[in-house]
Amino acid sequence: MSNKGLFTSFKVTKSRVENAHTKTLIFNAPLKDAYPGQFVMAWLPGIGEKPFSISGNDPLSLTICDIGPVSHALCQLAEGAPVGVRGPFGQGFTLLGKNHILVGGGYGAAPLFYLAQQARQLSHKVQVCLGAKTKADLLMVQQFKDLSCQVSIATEDGSLGETGFVTKALEMATEAQYPTGVYACGPTGMLLAINQFYQNQQLSTQLSFEALIRCGIGLCGSCELTEAICTEINAPKGWLVCKDGPVFQTQTGSIA
Amino acid sequence: MTDTKNLAINFLHLALKNPLVLASGILGTSPSLMERVALAGAGAITSKSCGPEARAGHDNPVALAWQGGVINAIGLTNPGADEEVPLLAETKGRLSVLGVPLFASIFAPTLEQFGEVARIISKAQPDLIEVNISCPNVASEFGTPFSASEKSAAEVTRAVRRATSLPISIKLSPNVPNIAAIARAVVDEGADAITAVNTMPAMLIDAYAGMPILKNRTGGLSGPALKPIALRCVAEIAQQVAVPIVGTGGVMSGVDAAEMIMAGATLVGVGSAVWQDGPQAFTRINAELSQFMQIAGYQKVEEIRGNALR
Repeated sequence: MSNKGLFTSFKVTKSRVENAHTKTLIFNAPLKDAYPGQFVMAWLPGIGEKPFSISGNDPLSLTICDIGPVSHALCQLAEGAPVGVRGPFGQGFTLLGKNHILVGGGYGAAPLFYLAQQARQLSHKVQVCLGAKTKADLLMVQQFKDLSCQVSIATEDGSLGETGFVTKALEMATEAQYPTGVYACGPTGMLLAINQFYQNQQLSTQLSFEALIRCGIGLCGSCELTEAICTEINAPKGWLVCKDGPVFQTQTGSIA
Repeated sequence: MTDTKNLAINFLHLALKNPLVLASGILGTSPSLMERVALAGAGAITSKSCGPEARAGHDNPVALAWQGGVINAIGLTNPGADEEVPLLAETKGRLSVLGVPLFASIFAPTLEQFGEVARIISKAQPDLIEVNISCPNVASEFGTPFSASEKSAAEVTRAVRRATSLPISIKLSPNVPNIAAIARAVVDEGADAITAVNTMPAMLIDAYAGMPILKNRTGGLSGPALKPIALRCVAEIAQQVAVPIVGTGGVMSGVDAAEMIMAGATLVGVGSAVWQDGPQAFTRINAELSQFMQIAGYQKVEEIRGNALR
């Protein structure tokens, strides 16, 4: 039996401010056997542990939104500070074809950045649609541009890009160039809208769900998707975000 | 798919397709998850322990896999008995269609509340109530577990026995000097079966952090490290009482399940194996057990029960 379930001590080497409440922590080493879409549990002894998607792995990077005690403490860490990391956990994204659309709602952009890095290394074409409430809530726009991804933006208040949800930017991007693969991470409502949008287009989408993850190893049941969502995306009942996911590949069609 | 007809077994008044039971605390939180595990091949399903009131459980870290299996301190997360009844009733309906019995696990901080929770949960008509007197992770709130002595274990059994006419199984702790005496005491108070064992209280320390890993500091040990302890406990109980035993602890394979039955178990609880394989652990363990029986020349599961005790 492996040691994979226990914590490995990583050190913060630098951090990058993404927006007023979000930072990316860059660590001293890559995480073994990780691929885009998977997550880790990050532990600060005495404070707590939370799940975070991997936003890069050369070396390991975690993008942290300051919303609770653990994420707040992570955002305060100085260079050299240790963080316990266990994982990688879950099923991530699989690149299909060579022409991808990545759709990120809010901090859903984070795992897509790791995926974009992988796709660009393979010289695939990557369009990124990012949505947020306001311009100030957007994440990693410049980083995606620096990878030579084509970036479209939608904000709910219209402070940057299209006014409205990210699905609006997605529709326009799809019109411009039909993708071989669609990969999305963000609020459940956004994922369901994307599922619906592509349902009759013979295109499988990969949706990364967020949930309350406690055990992280598929035992406690906390992260089960509701039956209503499972029915809507045609997932098996009792689908667990931590073990079966976080990425669900819809079965509506296949790539020609 | 392997033919597993040779695994059919009777337990109390119930006819099960196979002896594997989803252990309490693993994926027993919703009708859909319990249905999923039943579809994967569990012979019976035990729901997550339910108490008198809703509990959020402990903070993270709550569970980890390590070299010897799993350690957890989830902390009895549950919606409370009144909320649990419709969930169990729904689950019971779905499992009935599949021919899979439902065991409802209950816990409580006091004797009176054990009776009260048993009464409430009985409304959902589960096939059996499993009485969890041995959770190792709530001592700071509830005090010493009722499983610690013959007297307190017997008192809970009496309270639950009076509160319900459904069959009851008492879930015992391995963390006692004489588990057989405790089994005797609960059977004398009317327990129809024994579930043995719960997880073993344990601690993992992270040397770099210089502190226990679980937020609760201690947790319950399960998986391969627990198996030899569980085998010993089941063997001792089987030699002391005649009621059927749900042998639980570290069963990861079909051969493990055979060993548990040879120690005297009628049914075999499976929990930590789900960490490795997901619910499909049941499909695999059933196939392995069936194959083991064919290779070793056994026709029925009953033929191997208690073989190691001769």
